[in-house]
Amino acid sequence: MQRIGVFVCWCGTNIAGTVDVKRVADALRNEPGVVFSAEYQYMCSQAGQDMIKNAIREHNLTGFVVCSCSPRMHEATFRKTAEAAGLNPYMVEIANIREQCSWVHKDMEIGTEKAIVLGRTAIAKVNLNAPLTPGESPVTKRALVIGGGIAGIQTALDIADAGFPVDIVETKPTIGGKMAQIDKTFPTLDCAACILTPKMVDAAQNDKIRILSYSEVTDVRGFVGNFSVTIKRKARYVNEEICTGCGLCTEKCPQKKVPNEFNLGMDTRRAIYIPFAQAIPKVATIDADYCTMLKTGKCGVCAKVCTAGAIDYTQKDLIMEEKYGAIVAATGFNPISMEPFDEFAYSQSKDVITSLELERLMNAAGPTSGQFVRPSDGKHPHKIVFVQCVGSRCAGASKGKEYCSKICCMYTAKHAMLIRDKYPDTEVYVFYIDVRTPGKNFDEFYRRAVEEYGVHYIKGMVGKVTPTGDTLRVQASDLLANKQILIDADLVVLAAAIEPDKSARPLATMLTASMDTNDFFTEAHPKLRPVESPTAGVFLSGACQGPKDIPETVSQASAAAAKVIGLLVKDKLVCNACVASSDEAMCNGCSTCERVCPYGAITYADKEFRMPDRTTRIRRVAQVNQAVCQGCGACTVACPSGAMDLRGFSNKQIMAEVDAVCK
Amino acid sequence: MKVRYFPGCTLKTKAKDLDRYARLCAEELGVTLEEIENWQCCGGVFTTATDEIATKLSSVRALMDARDHDAPLVTVCSACHNVIKQTNHAMQNDADFAKHVNLYLGKDGQYYGEAKAIHYLELLRDVIGFDTIRGKVKNPLAGKKIAAYYGCLLLRPSQTMQMDDPENPTVMEDLIRALGGEPVVYAQRNECCGGYAVLEDAAIAKKNSGKVMTDAASHGADMIVTACPLCRYNLEKNGTGEIPVVYLTELLAEALGVKEDAHDAQ
Repeated sequence: MQRIGVFVCWCGTNIAGTVDVKRVADALRNEPGVVFSAEYQYMCSQAGQDMIKNAIREHNLTGFVVCSCSPRMHEATFRKTAEAAGLNPYMVEIANIREQCSWVHKDMEIGTEKAIVLGRTAIAKVNLNAPLTPGESPVTKRALVIGGGIAGIQTALDIADAGFPVDIVETKPTIGGKMAQIDKTFPTLDCAACILTPKMVDAAQNDKIRILSYSEVTDVRGFVGNFSVTIKRKARYVNEEICTGCGLCTEKCPQKKVPNEFNLGMDTRRAIYIPFAQAIPKVATIDADYCTMLKTGKCGVCAKVCTAGAIDYTQKDLIMEEKYGAIVAATGFNPISMEPFDEFAYSQSKDVITSLELERLMNAAGPTSGQFVRPSDGKHPHKIVFVQCVGSRCAGASKGKEYCSKICCMYTAKHAMLIRDKYPDTEVYVFYIDVRTPGKNFDEFYRRAVEEYGVHYIKGMVGKVTPTGDTLRVQASDLLANKQILIDADLVVLAAAIEPDKSARPLATMLTASMDTNDFFTEAHPKLRPVESPTAGVFLSGACQGPKDIPETVSQASAAAAKVIGLLVKDKLVCNACVASSDEAMCNGCSTCERVCPYGAITYADKEFRMPDRTTRIRRVAQVNQAVCQGCGACTVACPSGAMDLRGFSNKQIMAEVDAVCK
Repeated sequence: MKVRYFPGCTLKTKAKDLDRYARLCAEELGVTLEEIENWQCCGGVFTTATDEIATKLSSVRALMDARDHDAPLVTVCSACHNVIKQTNHAMQNDADFAKHVNLYLGKDGQYYGEAKAIHYLELLRDVIGFDTIRGKVKNPLAGKKIAAYYGCLLLRPSQTMQMDDPENPTVMEDLIRALGGEPVVYAQRNECCGGYAVLEDAAIAKKNSGKVMTDAASHGADMIVTACPLCRYNLEKNGTGEIPVVYLTELLAEALGVKEDAHDAQ
């Protein structure tokens, strides 16, 4: 017979405000097995924990229930308390009477009744709890970073600095990401390439870092400390080891009409190309969709001009399998499509561009060599209209996103300021809903755009852009002056909302990492564990977790690296004690559990059994690898003969809980 | 096949061509527009006042008729279409509204949004199909640069109308292409013509319709095509007069070669 203690927490007024904690403690005192029951203001405080420890000693408790917040919050805390008092940590159960009770009810009577039921349920379970001992698993001391933008690069550099090997997997032919496309960065206005490319070179030269560019993660197996990852190295038809990056092939290739994605299609590149001058690795890649040789077998110019002999038209995709201890998602963002927002005439006029396109137009290495001209006729624009929040903060999300994309206010101020600085003959208008510039030196920066550079900030949205002859007639409202305004602009720049990269969703599925409704990765805790995914061993870096500017991205990238290092320095990890196990006498070897196990933790063995008639028989039975099992419980539900059970969550325990709820 | 048809008041008075050619063309394409009996005016606008029931009963009765005949309810006029679709949507999604309407209906029966309301353009696109229409064209509109004018009521509110992208619609352009013409895309094609504001202040209609017509003309359009009698009225009366305005069904009749017959019949 168990000797159970019950500890009801007030959580200040969080619980006590809607639950009569005294009544709960009194009611639960009479439950079977309960020998002690008390309430206290903050059970998680030192004094609260001491109260538990004393009760364990004084009343010889064999297990206890804490009626408090979610087990995600303090289960670990109270398990440690139990351990400190000499009790097995798995003899502790949490009844969640905060998130699932006091916070959702307003009526004291209902809240109290429900808290008693929840407490009773946990007690019913503890009555059947047994001490559990977790196993251990080794740690592969190597990290995988998925995505080679500034987030991925920074995370990889920091992990490598601590002495651990890192692989960066990047789908594009080069690392660098969005930052490589940006001209200048706010609020310092330093050149993005000048601060990014040295980091790219550092990554390339670091002997702990391996860059797998033009590659994709196609499968992830295993668990924290022991991930097994399949990586597809896409055929680039150029031998990376031999290519010197001289670029001769990219000048001679006769296929000149490929839209250049690095310049967002505003100019063209060849079918064999190096995305930009500072690309890492600096090797050519053949675009199979456009290469005449690969499509028709006739051409071969690049192979002829390549003095190194690096061109290989027969190259095939290569599949490699690697082991890692930790995985960092750094898949970044993209501007959303402007297609549903044709009130701004993006599809109708070349002179309606996105802010990222403007970055390329202003960049010395861009399609106009840094000449700020209109894409339609190459003329210098005099009146420029910026529209903020295009697709951001869309109420109801009929189209666009409900969230604020966070970076647009600052980069629009930057663009407006740069244009006014370089071309004082321009008039620049910015239409905004709100200007949001929190951040170090950010608001000062925006004020400078308004006060020193005379950028016209108008509160109100643009309703319509009508391409009319040479100009773009912009119809908008000025909410402060309460009037309609018309501006004949030469160029309209749309601050497009940003969204997670399309690769993030399938990756999240592979990693069993959770995502929010916008496909941003969810952090384990929004405040206390912001760079970890709820899935152990998976970490988050940069804009894949939410919209971020560069300073924030780099901070989070380093934070994620610190968490990875903290994992990789360990030689062994304590496994989950709540794992599945099979009762061999009941197992009929049907393989159902093996098929549903997402972790590949179940194998089969032939075992000899003694039969009632004294003969022996060989039977095929399931066996669980306890280091691999994550305790999800899928097998226990699937098993037709009831042989599979989950330690700590046995069928008996769960039925006892259900009975207690229904009592 | 047969569908139920709600012509609306304007199609019986000012916009007889819109109605006549709609029927002729549908017949030519194998669909009979059966006019529902005893229909009443749709009310002209869908009032956003949630306690305004009486003006929406006409739409509900028309929808009930379609349900009872197990056929979609087709309208041509953009305004009727808008009122009927919005009413149907409210009957499907607003239990409180539906309850009050059904109290009014009383012994006439009860209605909960079972019918499907579609615009004539949807009949052409989704039921008949533009490919079928392309095959039936006798006089292709070759060389004609035609500016489709959507106005506001045909597509908005887009979540209720469920017809096309309200900011970048293509249905009329696709139809023009199927008829052998060359669609002209211009920004003002989904802006308001001025609508009923013309009764209050003709200057508003002048400003709006003028903008629409100038934009279409400056993009090289030979004509503007619309499905809405009020849009046509405003564009013709209050536009700049640069290019003619025709009904969608007139254009279709011309391409299908049924237009002359219609004149003969008169």
